[in-house]
Order: sequence, then C-alpha cells, then structure tokens
Amino acid sequence: MTDTTTREKPAAAPERAAKPTGPIGSRVERKEDARFLTGAGQYTDDVTLPHQAYASFVRSTHAHARLKAVRTDAARRAPGVLAVYTGADVPATVGGLPCGWLITGTDGKPMKEPKHPILAQGKVRYVGDPVAIVVADTPVQAKEAADLVEVDYEELPSVVDVRDATRKGAPAVHDEAPDNVCYVWALGDKAAVDAAFAKAAHVTTLEFVNNRLIPNAIEPRACNASYSRADDSYTLYVANQNPHVERLLMTAFVLGLPEHKVRVIAPDVGGGFGSKIYLYAEETVCVWASKLVGRPIKWTAERSESFLADAHGRDHVTKAELALDKDGHFLALRVKTSAAMGAYLSTFASCIPTILYATLLAGQYTTPAIHCEVTAVFTNTAPVDAYRGAGRPEATYVVERLVATAAREMKLAQDEIRRRNFIRKFPYATPVALTYDTGDYEACLDGAMKLADAAGFPKRREEAAKRGKLRGLGYSSYIEACGLAPSNVAGALGARAGLFEAGEVRVHPTGKVTVFTGSHSHGQGHETTFAQVVAGRLGISVDDVDVVHGDTGRIPFGMGTYGSRSIAVGGTAIMKAVDKIVAKGRKIAAHLMEVSDADVEFRDGKFTVKGTDKNVPFAQVALTAYVPHNYPLDKLEPGLDETAFYDPTNFTYPAGTHICEVEVDPETGETKIVSFSACDDFGNVINPMIVEGQVHGGVAQGIGQALLEGCVYDRESGQLLTGSYMDYAMPRAADLPSFKVDTRVTPCTHNPLGVKGCGEAGAIGAPAAVINAICEAIGVKDVEMPATSERVWRAARSAKSGR
Amino acid sequence: MKISVSLTVNGKPVSAEVESRTLLVEFLRDRLQLTGTHVGCDTAQCGACTVLLDGKPAKSCNVLAVQAQGAAVTTIEGLATDGALHPMQAAFRKNHGLQCGFCTPGMVMAAVGIAGQYKDPTEAQIREALDGNFCRCTGYHNIVKAVKEGLAGMKA
Amino acid sequence: MHAFGYYDPTSVAKATGIAADKADGKYLAGGQSLLAAMKLSLAEPSDLIDLGRVAELRGIKADAAAITIGAMTRHSEVAASPEVGSRIPALAMLAGMIGDLQVRNRGTLGGSLANDDPASDYPAAALGLGATISTEKRQIAADDFFKGLFETALAPGELIVSVTFPVPKKAAYVKFRNPASRFAIVGVFAAQTAKGPRVAVTGAGARGVFRVKAMEEALARDWSPKALDGLTVAQSEMQSDLHASAEYRAHLVSVLARRAVAAA
Repeated sequence: MTDTTTREKPAAAPERAAKPTGPIGSRVERKEDARFLTGAGQYTDDVTLPHQAYASFVRSTHAHARLKAVRTDAARRAPGVLAVYTGADVPATVGGLPCGWLITGTDGKPMKEPKHPILAQGKVRYVGDPVAIVVADTPVQAKEAADLVEVDYEELPSVVDVRDATRKGAPAVHDEAPDNVCYVWALGDKAAVDAAFAKAAHVTTLEFVNNRLIPNAIEPRACNASYSRADDSYTLYVANQNPHVERLLMTAFVLGLPEHKVRVIAPDVGGGFGSKIYLYAEETVCVWASKLVGRPIKWTAERSESFLADAHGRDHVTKAELALDKDGHFLALRVKTSAAMGAYLSTFASCIPTILYATLLAGQYTTPAIHCEVTAVFTNTAPVDAYRGAGRPEATYVVERLVATAAREMKLAQDEIRRRNFIRKFPYATPVALTYDTGDYEACLDGAMKLADAAGFPKRREEAAKRGKLRGLGYSSYIEACGLAPSNVAGALGARAGLFEAGEVRVHPTGKVTVFTGSHSHGQGHETTFAQVVAGRLGISVDDVDVVHGDTGRIPFGMGTYGSRSIAVGGTAIMKAVDKIVAKGRKIAAHLMEVSDADVEFRDGKFTVKGTDKNVPFAQVALTAYVPHNYPLDKLEPGLDETAFYDPTNFTYPAGTHICEVEVDPETGETKIVSFSACDDFGNVINPMIVEGQVHGGVAQGIGQALLEGCVYDRESGQLLTGSYMDYAMPRAADLPSFKVDTRVTPCTHNPLGVKGCGEAGAIGAPAAVINAICEAIGVKDVEMPATSERVWRAARSAKSGR
Repeated sequence: MKISVSLTVNGKPVSAEVESRTLLVEFLRDRLQLTGTHVGCDTAQCGACTVLLDGKPAKSCNVLAVQAQGAAVTTIEGLATDGALHPMQAAFRKNHGLQCGFCTPGMVMAAVGIAGQYKDPTEAQIREALDGNFCRCTGYHNIVKAVKEGLAGMKA
Repeated sequence: MHAFGYYDPTSVAKATGIAADKADGKYLAGGQSLLAAMKLSLAEPSDLIDLGRVAELRGIKADAAAITIGAMTRHSEVAASPEVGSRIPALAMLAGMIGDLQVRNRGTLGGSLANDDPASDYPAAALGLGATISTEKRQIAADDFFKGLFETALAPGELIVSVTFPVPKKAAYVKFRNPASRFAIVGVFAAQTAKGPRVAVTGAGARGVFRVKAMEEALARDWSPKALDGLTVAQSEMQSDLHASAEYRAHLVSVLARRAVAAA
C-alpha cells in the first residue's frame, strides 16, 4: 500500500538518547485513576446543565416497515413534554449521516450509499431505527410520553443474514440496491492465485462465519446538546472517541452548521472499542433539537437501546482456501467474503471488510499470491462498523484457522508450519498492498511457546485424558496494520478524511506543561502515557505534565482514537511539538548563556553548552520565554507553546503469537481456557503496565468472541434475540484465566518513538487461538463461533462417531 | 406516590421525599449528586451501580430508594477517608485494575464487600465473587490481582 | 418504571391484609427479579407490598429432622448459615450459586419460589428435598406447589411464610449455568431422603421444574451414578431456546444427574 522511502530516522541524534530514559518505559501508575477510583470521573451522563431537558427516542419495533403514520398528539400533550419530532419534522436541508470511506467496486462504480436519515423517513430498516424524539422536563416524562407515540407500520419482508440477503428474490433493504449489494470489491492477483492452486500439492479449505458482536462498552452512549442564543453556538457533550471528526461530520455533512460554532466535548468516556467512533443519529438529533427547544437536551441510552442501536462488529461469511507445496510452504491464498453492512452505512463501515481486512491476509507469511473478493451486503439489522480490531481479527481468523488446519492435515507441528513460512526480510512488500517495515515473528512465536510451556503440553494432555477431559493447544500468529494512516495513501484508497494527528505542548511560565492531544482516551491511559513521553523528553516530572483531550474548544484538531493509533500517531505529533519546544528553548538558552544555538544541547532537563557543565534548567528557559527581559526579541517570539501535526509515512505493524490451552469436557462440551499466553511485538513500550492491560482486555474480548458472544437476530422476524445481558454472554471474571503476557521489541522504523500500538492485538489474535485449541482438543476441522458448550458437544460427538 | 425516606449515606444522615418508583441509584445520582455510582445496564447484571447496603454489596439499580429506609449506604465517594485511598482503591491503582473507570466504582464496592462475605478467598473464589460485575476493558486479570491485594490490605 | 403504590407492613397479617385490598398488588421480597421486570415494563403491578420490615419472615431454625427457613431469608444468609451448611450442604451450596454476590445479598427464598422462574435454582432444592412451603394459611408440599412457568399453587394474595426442608441422608446440586444470565440451563438436585431418592431438574423442562421418576426408581434400587446409565428424559418435554436445544438439555439432564449422585 505504501513505500517507506521517506522513512524518518528513529533517532535524531545527538539529543535523543538511544535508550529511553526516565519515565519512558516505566510502570508509572496512572494519573487518571485518582478521579476514577473516588467517583470523581465526569462521564457524559454525569453532566447536568442548567434548565436540563431529557430525550427519549421512539424506535422501530419492526425490522422493515413502511411508516404509514406517526401520531404524536398524545405524546405532545403528556406532562412535562417540550417537543416531539419525527422524520417529517426534519427539514430537507438536513443531510443523511455520512460514510467516511468511498469504496469503488470491481465494476468501477462507487459503492451504493443510500441516505441514512437522522430520523426514519418513509421506512424503517431495522429494529431500533429511530423514528421520533420526545423531549421533556424529566427522563421519566420523556420515556412515558415516548410510549404514547403511535406508529402505524406496514410490515415489509426483512432479511438479517448476509447469506439470505444475497439470494435471488430477497427483500431489498434499499431501492437503490435491489440485490442488497453495496459493493463487490477485490484485491490481489487472481490469475497468479489460480495458477498457484493448479500446481499445489495440498489445498486446505474452510468455510466459516465470523460472528456478529455487540461492542458493549460499559458506559452506554450518551449526549447532552445545548444551544446558546448569545453567540448562536452549540455545545455537545458526547461519549465519543473522536470529537473533532464528530463535529466535522455533523456540521459539514448533516446539519449544515458553521463548524466553529459547535463545540464537541467528549469528557470521560467509559470504553469505546470502536462503537463510539461514529456519528450517530441520536446526538445529531439532540443538537438539531436543542435550538428548537431552547434548552439543553440530554440523552443516555438504556442498555437495551445500546444492543439495538450501537454499531455492531464483524458478521462475515467466508470461504477460504490455502494452497501449499508438499513441504508446507504457502503458495497462494484465495478468500471470498460476504460482509454485513447492516441497514445503513455507518461512519467507517465500508473500509472495515476491505482496506482493514483484505490487506492483512498475508499475515506473517511469505504467501506469494493472494486474492480476496468481498461482497458488502445490506441487511435489516443495526449498522456494522469497526469493533476492536476491525477487519484485522477477521483476517487473522482466516489466515490462522487455515494455517492450523493445514498443519494438522499435513501432519506438521503448529510451530513448524509457521516457521517455514515466516517473513524474515524487511521491509517486506506483501501481495496485498502493504509494506511491513520491521518484525521478528519467530521471536514472538518462541516467546509464546515458552510462556505456554508448549513443551510440557503432551504431559498435560495425558493427565487430562485420565480425567476424561480433552486438552488442545491452539496457536495464532497475527499481524495488524495500525497507526492509521498516511493520509495520501488512505485518500487514494477512498478515505474522505485525513488520518494525521495534532498535538500542542504548552509550557507554562513555571515550567509546568499542558499537552493538548487530538487523540482521545477512553480507558487507554493517555493522560499517563503521553505525560511520560513529554516528561521523559523534557526531563521533568510526570506530575508536572497534564494531558487534555476530548474537547474541540481546547485542542487544535484531532482525528481521535481508533485503530491502535494513539501513541504511534498522536504520540508522535506530541513529540514533534516537544521537538519544537526544545528547538526554541535552545535558542533562548543560547541567548542566556551567550553562546551560539549550535553549541547548546538539551539533556536531562537542562540546556547545556556542549562539552561543559554550563547550563540553564528547563524551567528557567520557560520563565524567560514568558518574562522576556533578557531575550532575543528581535529574532524570537516570546512564549513557549508549540503545535505539531503529524501524518504517518506508513502503517505500523504490531505482530505476535498467542497460544491458548483449553480443556474440553466431552460429555457436556464445556470448554475451559486453562491458560492463555501472548507474546507481542508493539515496538518500544512507553508504559509496560498499561500495555499489558491493553493486551489483557483485548484477549478477553477475543475469548468472548470465540466462546461466549454472538449477536443473533431472528431470521424470520428480524427481531434481536440477544437484546440484553440475559441473552448476550459477556465475559466475566470467572470465564477467564489469568493471562501470561510478554513482549519482544523491534522498534517501528518510521516514527521517532519506535512505537507500533497495542490496543487491538488481543482481540485480533485470540479468537483463532481459542478455536484452534478446541479443534485440536476434540479433533475436528471447525467449530462455529461462539463455541458454546452445545456446539462443542455436538462437534465432539460427531468427531467421536466419525472415528 | 411520594414517600419520605431517611437513610445514612456515606456516614451522613439524609432525608428526602421520593416517588415510590425512584431507584436507589437514581436517588444517589440525581438527588444527592453522587455520580460516582454508574448505570451500565437495565437488567441488573453489569454491577456498575454496586454500593454497600448495610455493609453488603447490592445493585442500586435493583433496589428502590424506599427499600433503603433506615439503612446505611456507602458509595464510592464514601470510601476514602481524609483524602487517603481505601486499601481496595489503592490496590486497584497500584495493579492497574481499571482502564476507562466506568465499571470501577461498582467493582471496587463489590470487592470491598467480598471481605465481609469470604474468608481468605482463593483466586477462583474472587473471580466467582465478581460474577455480578462486568468489566469490558481489563479482562479482569489486574482486577483479580488488585482484589487479592486489597483484601490483604483491609486486614492489615 | 411505572408508578405504583408502596406499603411496608411490619407483620404477615398486615401484609396479607393490604394484599387482599389491592387488585393488582404484588409482594416485594428481595426484588431481584421483580424490580428488573418492572424496569422493562414486563411487570406493572398497581401496588408493591414490601416485606422487608416483616421480621417474622426471617431466620433459619434447625432441628434434627428439618431446617425451616423464613421466606425473607436472603440467599447469602442461607449460603453462609452453619446450620444449613452442616445439615444440608447441598442447599447451602445451591444458595451460593444463585445469580451473583449482589443478587444473593438481596434475593430471598420466598421470592424465588413464588416467582417460580423455570431456570431458577431454589425450586430444584424444594422439589428435590421434598420441602414443605408454609403460607399464612396452609402448608403446601413442594410436589403440589410448582405448576408450570412462573406459576405456583399460591392463591392471589397468599404469602409464603417459611419453607421446611427435611434433612436428607445425602444430596447434591449440579448446575450447568447459562453463560449470559447465570440462571440454570440445566440444574439437577439429587437427594437420598428418608422417603427414598428424589431427582429434581430445573432449567430444562418446557413446563418448569420437574422430578425424574425413572431415575428415582433406579436410585432406590442402587444409589450410584451407574444406576442412571441409559436413563434419559424425553426431548419433547424439554425447553429449547437460543442457549440450548431440547436435545442438548435432555442430554445434560442425564449427565448432571449422574454427577449429582456421585457428588452427594
């Protein structure tokens, strides 16, 4: 996808120490914890404004229906009700919710982009589709009045499964796409792949489903929108991962408001995992309605609403084939995937099963020819978009399930087949458009095998067998493309946004520092990690650096947090701003010490004349910048406040191997994860404690996908069957083991911190490791995710009867 | 139907008129502005709303405020004393037992409650005891470590 | 949640008196199922009669032959009770498996039995031990109490006061829990009682908790897991849903029954 010819040097000697010093690389306790642990966090629902009003949404109870009438009279007359609006009340000037990535199909035509109205117009297309908003004095009044809105539906046939949606005669979700196809897209050299398959000694084929997931951040989505007559401006508090993008999309594409008149604040946000990247209907409607009502409008999703109306993840149906020579070398990979889009295109829906999926199908291997065809399909379900990993877990699942299955079929050890095919020379250009800059896949494989005590596995299996239990060890060697992304490359691939990041470093006169970042932290600990980076570079205490994020009113710009991009892109932007601070500080220090700029170096928090002890500390330089009495005012502006925008030159490529050991009770199918080991290469690590936490959380979500979680819609009625925690199985403490994690380091070659990102690795690597372990344990080729006890029991039973 | 209710919240007496249907969590958040107690679901499962009710963990989204008549309620805001973190809070911080912080208040209150209901719990028992608290961020690994250490700290 | 009237009587007599007055009133015991249902508008009682202040509904009394537990006794109290733990450890263990820590601190024995959720745990113990359910006006044998899904022999306004569990020679409860709700997909309570073996199954039956007579007869001949080999329940009488098919539930009943006998 990109060439790294314009690679930056990892260290701009001599000022940057070769080895991280000070807080960088240390297990610094988190700055944000003090407020979270004492109940002082400020999440969106905790913000209550003067004259606060509350919203409740009326949602479609049908998967597909024509709206014959929406009667709001009774609701309008209900106590405390301030306003009721339906799709008919939304002016024609208000646009639909946009999709931020244009995919061009194999036919050369752009993807189908049916309008996504902020309140349903004419038809509803999934259960939960917002039909009307009711605004009232209290949340209870709003909800009770919402029950009084009468909607006459003319039910239409619906389709919720991608396989059903592409059958001839299937009901059309949109008139614009009568066959429900949003696009057919392909990547790779089909002829080369066909030729390789023709001469293959062995072909491994798998057909499987990558199960639909519901993200379930524990904080439900929420917003609080207000309008000020004083300056004709809006303020929106919203549980969101990228407030600037939210504002840009909402103002420029939907509401037509001046961007500078809207301030979006994403305060403490209780987890996102992708689901809070997007511009949703609810907050857009609340902003629009706030001016009409003249009072701030707060909406907080009930969990039942989150299940219905948050963007879901995954939902692929795939056929995948791997061609191998007689020695187990991969010759080619052929993948055909149908990916659900849901009823409307969510903000980044279209790029997930394409740009973030097919491009990762080389995995860690030298497979010379790869072809992938993706059909994106509309269904009468909640929209599907990025969920932790976003495309990359699906790609890893394809590759690592195939590799594990091929090894078993060819009687090769799981590590051996991987070793025979690992990429060992970097940079490496894959046949699916990426150029990996660096990596050491064998180091992570060896590391994971050590953590997992792979050598001792046969003994453990034997011991379990004596108890009537079946053990399996499953491997998954994943790769991901993170640090999204070089804007020009993304643009050429259809992105409608840039993917840089902005950072501002404000040094106060006393030498204390406030960092303003366009990244957003909703659990990742940026307030600590970024402070470590800045404190380490400036030689000051982490306590003297505060990090501000999530407010378009305070931060220059930002693309936000997703795709494990914060440290690699956001962190680099901050580093670049710090570089400017140091460069300016050096000039000030040179002036103070009466030497030339070139003779001053910055080390350990001091500007020092090279080769001498003569120095001025950082704080003195800061003070001088703001009290410029002895200052080169003719050459230099006062103040010490710098902003940098950083656009990455390549993706980063975190990679690693995860090994899962399961024990299956063949009588019940119950599967226990007895150990889970992850050895990852995230490049340099700023805070190992935080990085381990990210791995743990990702792995838990990956295990959740593999064993527990599955979103199910009724195939006939289109109703969501897993609409609460009574039916959607969330991983709990007792479902999981303690994890064994370790890292290996090959620093990223094209950003100054040498970092790659760690947020999604667990969710990417884990599912294949778990399913491979189960298949190994019970001796089957596949078990569908989530591998519930019943599914495992059935598979084990069929394997037994087949033997 | 309005009912007057008197209870003790974080050691302070509180009296108020509430509707019978007011949930304890609504009373805490909306009336007392104790927004540290969170609501993460509507089926009383996620446990983000956990408080101590007469010393025992309870889900405040599944208790009516009037049911707490005369009771002693402790929320996350009432755990630290004189600015010093409770041993369980300190253990969560030290062991990185929290990420986004949303489940944290309920998780910490449940963990504190374990002390009264389990004697020297094993790791497996701690995991079972946390069955009523969902965390989507941490994978529970560091939470379990923190609870172990916090329980030890509470004894000290 | 819809609005309702609220009463907090201090005696059984007052509670039943209020209930008799209210056409659509409901007793509020621990509230762990009822309040959750009301929040989702699955239940909309006109009035709630809170039993939290009725002292006579609480407490555990034990004698040589039986343990009597007040209806408002919380699950966590039963789980931690030394009397229950020493005489009917299976009952204490079962109480300790209900829901989660917080639910056990609020939920009550009487509330659970009166609600008769087909996947809840206590009905299996009541039926498996041959318990007697005492109300303000009569005593009902567990065999006559459970009438199907969320249906019991209780008349409108009738209040469970206590439940008497005969102490068995041995007993065990094995639960295969629903990964989402933590209710039982299948739970089997097997007991060797003074009047012979009893096997009660919760979670599985299409019509709620039930006994497996064929298994009890086999166990009467030979109290051992082996005695149950080949004994199955009819799939047609099993519940089938998102979480488990009738076939799988029927299979689990056999497996868990053997395990319960082994564990007893």
